[in-house]
Amino acid sequence: MQYLIMLHFPPGQGPQEGTPEFDAEMDRWGELNAALREAGAMVVASGLHPEAVTTVRSQGGDVIVTDGPYAETKEILFSFYVVEAPDLDAATAWAAKMPSAGYGSVEVRPMIGLERA
Amino acid sequence: MSAAGALEQAYRDERAAVLATITRRLDGDLALAEDVVQDAFVAAAVEWDRRGVPDRPGAWLTTAAWRKALDRLRHDRVAAARAPELAQDPSYELELDFDRSSLEDDQLRMLFMCCHPALAAEARMALTLRSVAGLTVPEIARAFLSSESAMERRLVRARRKIADARIPFRVPPDELLTQRLAGVLRVVYLLYTEGHVATQGPVPVRGDLCEEAIRLARLLARLMPDEAETLGLLALLLLTDARRAARVRADGSLVSLDEQDRALWDAGRIDEGVQVLARALRLVRAGSYIVQATIAAVHAQAPTWAATDWRQISGLYAELEQIDPSPVVTINRAVAVGFAEGPQAGLAMLDGLGADPRIDRYQPLHAARAELRRRAGDQAGADAAYADAIALSGNDAERAALERRRRDAAAGARA
Repeated sequence: MQYLIMLHFPPGQGPQEGTPEFDAEMDRWGELNAALREAGAMVVASGLHPEAVTTVRSQGGDVIVTDGPYAETKEILFSFYVVEAPDLDAATAWAAKMPSAGYGSVEVRPMIGLERA
Repeated sequence: MSAAGALEQAYRDERAAVLATITRRLDGDLALAEDVVQDAFVAAAVEWDRRGVPDRPGAWLTTAAWRKALDRLRHDRVAAARAPELAQDPSYELELDFDRSSLEDDQLRMLFMCCHPALAAEARMALTLRSVAGLTVPEIARAFLSSESAMERRLVRARRKIADARIPFRVPPDELLTQRLAGVLRVVYLLYTEGHVATQGPVPVRGDLCEEAIRLARLLARLMPDEAETLGLLALLLLTDARRAARVRADGSLVSLDEQDRALWDAGRIDEGVQVLARALRLVRAGSYIVQATIAAVHAQAPTWAATDWRQISGLYAELEQIDPSPVVTINRAVAVGFAEGPQAGLAMLDGLGADPRIDRYQPLHAARAELRRRAGDQAGADAAYADAIALSGNDAERAALERRRRDAAAGARA
C-alpha cells in the first residue's frame, strides 16, 4: 500500500534559512530519509518550488493556464513523499516524524495505482 | 422456534460476532464485510425457511458470508489486488474458530477500528453502534435524530475510508494503545451522554443509547481488565445510570440531583458500580473516569443531598481539575466548595471563571451562580442569574427546570 504524504507550512513559520535551527532541521530531514530507505518505505520524494505554482484547465479544447494553486490556501505545499506502508497507522507514524509536522500540516492520502516509467 | 424468529434472534445476538469474524478474514475491509454479512442474512431467510434452522446459526451465517466474500473477491479485480491470496486460492476454506474468546477479541479489534481517530467523530459513534453494538440503521438514525438516508451515507463514507486508507483491524500496539484506548472510551462515554443528556429534541433521556454504552463498557472492562480507565468508565456509567429513573418526572421534566427521590435509585447498579470502582482503584489512583466515578459513588452512597460529604466531593473535583481541566469541572467544584465552605467561597471561584467572555456565555455557570446567591441570601442577584441561565439554555427540559427553580427561589424569598 502506498501513501502520498503532502507537506504544507504557513509562510513565516519554522526555522529560517541561515540559522542554526534551520541546519538542525536539515539534519533531521536527512535522518528521516535514511530511516525511510532503511525500512524499505521510501518510494519517491521531492521538494517543490513553493511560489511557482501554475494551474491548467482544459475546457472544450481551450487550455486555460492560470497563476497559483487551484484552491486559495494560506498554507504552502513545499514537499511530498510517496511511502510504502502496510496500513494507515504506519503511514501516519512516518508523517508524524516529518520535522515540519511541528509547525505545518502533514496530509496523508492513500494512493491508487502508481504509474512508473 | 420458527425460521423467522430464529433469524431475528440471530440478527440481534450474533450479527456483530459474524461481522467481526468476516472483517478480520477480509483484512479489515468493513465495507465488503457488511455487504456479505447482509447477503448471508438474506440467504438465511430463504434457506432456513426451506431446510430448517441450523444447529449453530452463527456458524452457518459466518460460513455463508465467507463464501459470498470469496465469490465477490474472485469477480472483483480491485478487491483481488488487495487480498490476492484469497482470490487466487479457490480451496481457501474458513476453519471455523467460533469459540467465545476469539469472537470477543474480534469485537475488540472492531471497536478500535470503528473508533480510529482518522474517522470523523460522529462517524465513530455511528459505526460503533452499527458494527459493534449491532443496531440497525433506522435505530441509529433515530438515536441521532438524523434521517435514515443521511445516516446510511455517513456509514458508507466511513467504511469506504476504512478500506481505502487501510485503517487496521487490530488492537493497537503498545506505543499507540494508551492514546487509542482513550479515544475508544471517549466514544463510549459520548454515546452514554448522548442518551443521558439528550442535547437535542423533545425527549430528555434516551435509555436505549445508555444501555448500549453500558454494554460496550462491560465488553471493554471484560476484555481489558488491567486498564484502570476502562473499569473507571464502566463504574462511572453504572453509578450515573443508577439515577436514571429519578432524573425525569412523569411530564418529562428533569430532576436535579438535590431534588431526586433517592428511593428510585437502582441499588443493584450502585453496588456493581462501587465494586468495579474498587477494582479500578486497586490498579491506579488518578484517571479522569476513575475520579468522576468516585464523585458519583460519594453521591450514590450519601443518604441525602444535605448529608453528602462535600469536603470529599470538592477535593475530588480539585483532583479532576488537575487531570482534565474544563469550565464545567470548575463550576462543579465551586458548587461543592459552596456547600463545604459556604456560598461566598463558591461564588468567588465562579467570578474567576466568568472573567473569560467565552465561558461567560455558558449556561451552567449562571445556573450555579444563581443557586449559590440564593443560598447566600442574595435574592435579587439569584433572580438575575437565573434569567441569564434561562436565556442561554438550548434544551426545553433544561429551560423548564431552570424556570421552576427561579419561581421556587422567588417564592422562598417571599415566604
